Amino acid sequence: MSQSQATLPLRQKIEHLEMRGITKIFPGVVANDRVDFDVREGEVHALLGENGAGKSTLMKILYGLYEPNEGEIRINGQPVRIRSPKDAIALGIGMIHQHFMLVDTLTVAENIALGLPSSRRFITDLDVVARRTLELAETYGLHVDPEAYIWQLAVGQRQRVEILKALYRGADLFILDEPTAVLTPQEVDEFMGTMRQMTRERHSIIFITHKLHEVIATCDRVTVLRNGRRVASRPVDGCTKLDLARLMVGHDIVLPKITSAPKQGEVRLQLQEVHALSERGTLALRGVNLQVRAGEIVGVAGVSGNGQSELAEVITGLRRVTQGKIFVNGQETTGKPPADLLQLGMAYIPEERMRDGIISDFTVSENVILRNHNHAPYARRGFLLHRIIAEITDRLIRLFDIRTPSRLTPAGNLSGGNIQKVVLARELSRTPKVLIAAQPTRGVDIGAIEFIHKNLLDQREAGAAILLISEDLDEVLSLSDRVAVMYEGRIMDILDAKDAERGKIGLLMAGVRPE
Amino acid sequence: MKRFFARVLNARQLDNFLPIVAALAAFVIGAGMLLLMGTNPLTAYRAMFSGAFGNQNALAETIVKAVPLLLIGLGICISFRAKVMNIGAEGQMIVGGLISVAFGLAVDWPGWLALPLGLLIGFLGGAAWGAIPGILKAYFNVNEILSTVMMNAIAVQLMNYLLGGPLMDPQQAQALGKLPETARLNEAYHLARLLPPTRLHAGVLIALALSFVVYVLLFHTTLGYRIRAVGFNPFASRYGGIRVPQQVVIALLLSGAFAGLAGAIQIYGLNYRMITDGSPTGFTGGAGFNGIVTALFGGLHPLGAIPASFFFGALLVGANAMQRVTQVPSSFVTVLNGMVVIFVVSAAIWKELRERQRRMAFATETSRLAELASVSETPPQG
Repeated sequence: MSQSQATLPLRQKIEHLEMRGITKIFPGVVANDRVDFDVREGEVHALLGENGAGKSTLMKILYGLYEPNEGEIRINGQPVRIRSPKDAIALGIGMIHQHFMLVDTLTVAENIALGLPSSRRFITDLDVVARRTLELAETYGLHVDPEAYIWQLAVGQRQRVEILKALYRGADLFILDEPTAVLTPQEVDEFMGTMRQMTRERHSIIFITHKLHEVIATCDRVTVLRNGRRVASRPVDGCTKLDLARLMVGHDIVLPKITSAPKQGEVRLQLQEVHALSERGTLALRGVNLQVRAGEIVGVAGVSGNGQSELAEVITGLRRVTQGKIFVNGQETTGKPPADLLQLGMAYIPEERMRDGIISDFTVSENVILRNHNHAPYARRGFLLHRIIAEITDRLIRLFDIRTPSRLTPAGNLSGGNIQKVVLARELSRTPKVLIAAQPTRGVDIGAIEFIHKNLLDQREAGAAILLISEDLDEVLSLSDRVAVMYEGRIMDILDAKDAERGKIGLLMAGVRPE
Repeated sequence: MKRFFARVLNARQLDNFLPIVAALAAFVIGAGMLLLMGTNPLTAYRAMFSGAFGNQNALAETIVKAVPLLLIGLGICISFRAKVMNIGAEGQMIVGGLISVAFGLAVDWPGWLALPLGLLIGFLGGAAWGAIPGILKAYFNVNEILSTVMMNAIAVQLMNYLLGGPLMDPQQAQALGKLPETARLNEAYHLARLLPPTRLHAGVLIALALSFVVYVLLFHTTLGYRIRAVGFNPFASRYGGIRVPQQVVIALLLSGAFAGLAGAIQIYGLNYRMITDGSPTGFTGGAGFNGIVTALFGGLHPLGAIPASFFFGALLVGANAMQRVTQVPSSFVTVLNGMVVIFVVSAAIWKELRERQRRMAFATETSRLAELASVSETPPQG
């Protein structure tokens, strides 16, 4: 490590980092209560816990974003004070946030160079940065073109840039905040490879997650937090998913599955040869044919980017159909706006819940009425009926177990799982006839997953026609009556749940039709 | 000391006082400038204060100045809440004034009919002028900042032409030194004067009543809900079944309507004729721009706009008085007003940044709070 390192103060490599008795008190809340945590060189240490268990707070303390009320941090036995991310970086700690901190309109090399002094004083040294970036990319298997603009890159590639950025700054210890939440299954595999490469190069990794199988698959040790306290810290060897789930939640979790046979009714949703364009103007749907009947769940499996998002948007009226027809309840709805589809009993749990699902500056109650704000019981003659809205919101908060300080809290302040519950409460309380659920459990914790799955099954019992689009194959397999596999904008095949085995679906997902 | 400052700067309560602190800061810098010019700032500011509040007439003038600021500020509250940047209140006010004065001069009806109709027509004229950039933005994706500013230029030229030509006072038309102004409106059409001999007119009551109307509109009607929703997140609004382009048009249209009404009230309540000095702000007195600052100063809240408009009215009236008393150049008054505007707008931006930062820090805390609240529901662990 040559020029780029020269600017950093001389320091020891992090061989052992300890956090001892960390307590962080926010007004009225103890976010971390005497938490001990440590990570050694070359180790992947998982930090596991439900949303709000105190994982982020602990890591923000380590990265210098918060100062703890009590406790100390030691590196190689020496106490250190970390008062800002700048201190953390100087000590060799790098953090990869869930939401990337990259400038879209700059290139990879420019992003990496951002904020670093140039080796040529007043003239940029982007060529040096690019060369060094390529070297690092080579060593760690993080393939990305230094000249590419960030906006041109897929999510997985952007994450690689973030990691390269931290590597470039000489980080020994990486804090990865739910790094897989935004990745496709393939990208997850690649990412796991990168992590292994990083530990082989003697880097340490703190892996924040609530996905149990990832902990089992990739981590050496695991620390579980619950309600701000450390409830366990042990080697991953010999732990089962069930053990971890129990530690995390405090009681047993069994994800619900379909058990009853479908009570199939009439066809509620029908697509005929539907074509549509993607955001970039390429053909995203190339003739989709699909039927969903009342009382069944049709799961849509597929590698991300094969038209699933566009499929959901086309059905809900958010994207234009260029060719083909869509029928809801036997009525043609091709080209109808979302408002009309709403009247036909269409409910939608959008994939991008922060963008499409909620208005984060609006309160929980304002979000609850989003789809019906102009109708009884929420409004009369153009006036909002605040008292009734409050009553209904409070009831939904209880019914859907939305954990919020009050109905007047801005929805954006809630945790991911609870935001999804707000969406769920709004969509399901209308007893939908057709429900489109796109990635309904992405990025939410296991308690919320259980809850969401249960609600989908309840809706099925109640006779809704449900289209479940998910990249989580386990989710599709355990909830669907039939499984449709998408590949390059077409439905490769639709299998009955009993014939849908992983191997077969895997081939279909790759575009191969089994003999 | 450093700690003390840090604590003051981080206090949540500071947010509410930020605009006031910003305005004060502008005055402090202004004091420095006065010193450099060899004027005692205390004398100058005292003159300013008494010019704005010193006696009944001063107070009345302050309120008279505040009326158009409040009306335009109300409109700005609506459009900015929808994230529609209406910079065109100047033009909308001019068009509202032109059309209402043309109506008032053309008809010969009883006052109880002509006065409300004249004001309504001004309201509608402003609405029409606002609707044009609204439609351009909503359906042709034309940036509203550019289009509203250009609409201002068109309105100014229209005014200069009409007041110097077709609408010109016939007496003026025969005089030698022609002034760009219309004839005087029929006595019966004038808005009542509340406190003669001051110029305080009933327009202030209309503006105050409309503040409450806009408050109800924004926070208690479905239309207000849609406007705010679109401003916060057009994607989620569309998914929620809201026709986003329609709300954009409505927001700009309403915003223009309030500016148009301000123009009509300026004529029916104050001057009884439309008059300009040939400069672009000759008729409006810059109310179309100052109204934006008023709205921002009031936190884009229609009730907050009331004290805000009073403050800026006082500033404008007081500045004139200061100039008379202390002989500071008139450009200093412009500079002082400009500084107040810059500081207040910067404070508004800073406030937003602070809120965003706080939200990021607060998110963890809130979810924790909620988590704690539900601990009792969790079964005891074995």
